[in-house]
Amino acid sequence: MHKRTFLKVSALAAATMLSLPLMAYAQNATLKIGFVGVTSGPAAAWGISNQRSMEARAAWLNELGGVTIGDKTYNIEIVPFDDQKDPKRAIAGMEKMAQDGVHYVVGPNVDDGAAAVRPVAEQNGIMYFPYAFPKELYTPPASNAILGMVANYQSGPAIYKYLMENKGVKKVAFVAANESDPLSQRESGIAAAQALGLEVVSGNVTYQVDTTDFTPVLLPVIQASPDLLVLSGVSPANAPQLIRSARELGYTGLISTETAQDATVLAEGAGELAEGFISVGGASTPELASDAMNEFVERYTKMFGEYNDESNTKVYALEYIIETLKANPAAIDNVEEYKKTMDTFEAANPFMKGDAKLKYVGTTSFGQKRQVSVPLVVNEYKGGKFETLFVGQVD
Amino acid sequence: MEQIIANGLYLGAQYALIALGLTLIFSLMNVLNFAHGQMYVFGGFVTYTVVVQLGLPFIVGLFASAIVLAVMGAAIEKFLFAPVVRRSKRDESTMLLAAGVAFFLDAVILLFFGEKQRGVPKIVNGVFNWDMRIIMPYDRILIGVLAILLIVAFIAFMNYSKTGRAMRALAQDKMAAQLMGVNVARYSMIGFALGAMLAGLVGGLLVTITGVNLGMGGPTSIKAFLMIMIGGAGVISGAIAGGFILGMMESVGLTVLSAYGDITYLVIFASLMVFLAVRPQGLMGKPWG
Repeated sequence: MHKRTFLKVSALAAATMLSLPLMAYAQNATLKIGFVGVTSGPAAAWGISNQRSMEARAAWLNELGGVTIGDKTYNIEIVPFDDQKDPKRAIAGMEKMAQDGVHYVVGPNVDDGAAAVRPVAEQNGIMYFPYAFPKELYTPPASNAILGMVANYQSGPAIYKYLMENKGVKKVAFVAANESDPLSQRESGIAAAQALGLEVVSGNVTYQVDTTDFTPVLLPVIQASPDLLVLSGVSPANAPQLIRSARELGYTGLISTETAQDATVLAEGAGELAEGFISVGGASTPELASDAMNEFVERYTKMFGEYNDESNTKVYALEYIIETLKANPAAIDNVEEYKKTMDTFEAANPFMKGDAKLKYVGTTSFGQKRQVSVPLVVNEYKGGKFETLFVGQVD
Repeated sequence: MEQIIANGLYLGAQYALIALGLTLIFSLMNVLNFAHGQMYVFGGFVTYTVVVQLGLPFIVGLFASAIVLAVMGAAIEKFLFAPVVRRSKRDESTMLLAAGVAFFLDAVILLFFGEKQRGVPKIVNGVFNWDMRIIMPYDRILIGVLAILLIVAFIAFMNYSKTGRAMRALAQDKMAAQLMGVNVARYSMIGFALGAMLAGLVGGLLVTITGVNLGMGGPTSIKAFLMIMIGGAGVISGAIAGGFILGMMESVGLTVLSAYGDITYLVIFASLMVFLAVRPQGLMGKPWG
């Protein structure tokens, strides 16, 4: 063979070899998974952590060659829609998903948005994973919504009971933003506290979400001298300021919330004043996080510059969708098949150490399995990071 | 009661400083700058970046916010508002442009600074406690005093400097000022830059107390508009009065009305509607503009 011909053949072979994985990547079918949630405005952190978790995980899976469901391999494409925390926009977002042929949607992030999209989802055969707590979304006859996290009426009683038994808490006060989610969380928190025999010394103080100085808001609450101050449904943006104002007003008792928070945000906004703050976390505490979870955090950080601790919980929804579709490939465009699979579905949980399982739960709270099983991790903020206080499980 | 007054004064000082920049721009150019809140947020993020990310002293962050926002304000005026004001006689053109700038800045903030709440660690530790009658952290006292000093400096600048006098002349009567040799284009740009700089300075000051996040821009603009509606649009003393009145109303309402739920702003808005029905030009504004 001539030297020139040899070089040509070698170059062609090399190019073919190099392009094979790319061809395989390109030849995969596409599985669209939607996200309808808030990625702008004061609560943007909630939705952005959702969207970025999905995008980071999807990119990782696509890099590995895609996801095989049945006899077909798919690349995952995330279709995002910013509902701006507006129920009307959420409906528009869900309608867009239906037009795009998307059957599985993560979100919305708040109660009114999740309630608003229900008819659209049910009429168009869409399963959706809200981060909203109204029970009617998950109890029969509703069947298309799957709660993507632990609800406050599940975590609240566990936290209050722990603090009663271990910290001698007797009097509790609640403060909430004047919005549907925090207000409903406050109501269920008060009910849970009263059921446990706690004295609710303040339960009607609220604040505007755009409040910048919480001192006047908290003054009457602190004057009621609670042992525990519960920040019902507090957003990561408001939590540091509320903690700081409470401490600066001389409050020395415990402060807790049932929403997920971010350690960096607390460190910057409240510093040492946030010491001892109790919140609900996800599965990435060093005691629980698997190697895959640590790699996810690395990849997320590489893609977006900074990790968000809320993604410890938000990483799960996409995983549940993919693994359930793998378990029943017929569900790829038929959500009734998906529903049938949920009752018996079980798969390995890649984000936790040990033999943890992905499975649907919620029978006790909703009368049917309409909740993803994520560990109920209750954290305490110490020295700039979260430490696990206790871990529970929702059934 | 002492605590309510102290909270009101502190809130009033920061609100007045926010409203000053907005009313200055309105008085000079008749532009309702809906992006004022976003400029405030941008200033907060600049200070955050300089202090927390780069590890430089707080005062450097504050200067950086002032300079960045002044340059941004000048550029926005020169390349966006000035051409629109020149070409369009309709007020809504500048209003739409201002709304567009607000959305644009929101997108830029998300791109450069992210979605998270950010904050600068306390610049002064400790809490002033007067027999449990007034409890006020020292950093709030410092920020409140700095805000009042900035207001005084601004008033002095407007009253005693050549630039300030030129801008006041422009605000009173643009045509007469022009005939007297005031360079309208130049002083409009300086005024816009000064207004934006004030927004940036407040953002830089308050990032140590309230932190800053992407979503704060819109609500901040709304509060600033409330203040200038109370005090009278385009009147500097009115903006200061509006700021302190709103701060005091908020402080009193949040304490006195807390037992009835979150009705403070409901009461404030209802009072404002009644007030504007009686005096649409605000406390210190003129009925003719």
